Amino acid sequence: MKVTQGQFSFLPDLTDAEIKLQVQYALDQGWALAIEYTRDPHPRNSYWEMWGIPMFDLKDAAGIMMELDACRAEHGDEYIKILAFDSRKGWESVRMSFIVNRPAFEPGFELIRQEQEGRSVRYTLRSYAMGHAPSAPAEF
Amino acid sequence: MNDLDTTAPATVDLEDFYRKSTIGDTMQALDRDLVGLVPVKTRIREVSALLLVESARRSMGLQAEPPSLHMCFTGNPGTGKTTVAQRMADILNRLGYIRRNHVVTVSRDDLVGQYIGHTAPKTKDVLKKAMGGVLFIDEAYYLYRPENERDYGQEAIEILLQVMEDRRDDLVVILAGYKDRMDIFFRSNPGMASRIAHHVDFPDYSADELVQIANIMLERMHYRFSDDAEGMMREYIVRRMQQPRFSNARSIRNALDRARLRQANRLFAGRGVPIDRVALQTITGEDIAASRVFQQ
Repeated sequence: MKVTQGQFSFLPDLTDAEIKLQVQYALDQGWALAIEYTRDPHPRNSYWEMWGIPMFDLKDAAGIMMELDACRAEHGDEYIKILAFDSRKGWESVRMSFIVNRPAFEPGFELIRQEQEGRSVRYTLRSYAMGHAPSAPAEF
Repeated sequence: MNDLDTTAPATVDLEDFYRKSTIGDTMQALDRDLVGLVPVKTRIREVSALLLVESARRSMGLQAEPPSLHMCFTGNPGTGKTTVAQRMADILNRLGYIRRNHVVTVSRDDLVGQYIGHTAPKTKDVLKKAMGGVLFIDEAYYLYRPENERDYGQEAIEILLQVMEDRRDDLVVILAGYKDRMDIFFRSNPGMASRIAHHVDFPDYSADELVQIANIMLERMHYRFSDDAEGMMREYIVRRMQQPRFSNARSIRNALDRARLRQANRLFAGRGVPIDRVALQTITGEDIAASRVFQQ
């Protein structure tokens, strides 16, 4: 199941050249870029692991691509996203966020039903990746 | 083998490439603004020609590895190494070799950390900031301290070497420093020596050239020498060159700054009478003659 969150996630995965263009756009706006990775792609998981500190004062996308390559080498089978933070007054928030790497097999989410009083049911989503993941089907 | 690329034109006009790169202006500015430095200008011209021909070749479908342009600038202090590095970035940018026209100037303290594990992130941080442009490492030999085998400089050198090799299209590294110490540095770091293709030596300026430089500097600051001041300046330069810690154009700049100070004092002491534009601009012989150089 392809996880869709952040920008461009309904498009085919961005190629490195496309990622570079997006990163350069963000740099040209004066935003600071950061790389984060996680095994748990739950939409409510806003705390991904940071790959180093955000990169300020860069001019060219090549520096971020170098870090992305390093992050992929270590966490190639996890989700990696690139964030662009705008520090200008009034914004002070993330302006761009898109996934640049995903695991070869994305197990998706388990729907947990909890019986309540009467016949009501509570629903919870849990990423399979965080624990008892099902084994990959044969084609993987 | 793609020698028979049918889409490529049969001939190329190098003149056309030259005009499109707008590099002519930069070259002229180089000749105009930088006095002397003949070997340096020659080398810059050679490199530009190489890159122009390279882009012409590419338009004909002749592929080759991009040439390595890491450089080493050696010369005494004040011979214009930093200035030329700025110009180099401009030229390489216009010729399309680097994507951005920026120079990041660093020294040992910016690259080497204080404790274990501090150096690698620090060096990488600097490299990332320089990506797409020129990284200028001033007094690069301080990176290597043979007397301390646990020095973290070696770690910085290794990271630097790796990036210089792997990210050749993203970064041009220029090392700068005194000639003799740079030679020692290269002798003990053969990896570094073999990755630097261009060694450019900056000669010391002659007295005539320094006078010319002084005139250019003054002109930029909207000052000028009075008739006797220029002769005085030449006399000053000749004497100053004999003294220790003479650092070429930088000494001239400092001398001029002190002359401005004396000029301001002279004008201030004579206040009460209205002074005109010319007086505010003129540095006279006495402003220079008051220098301690003449008192010895």
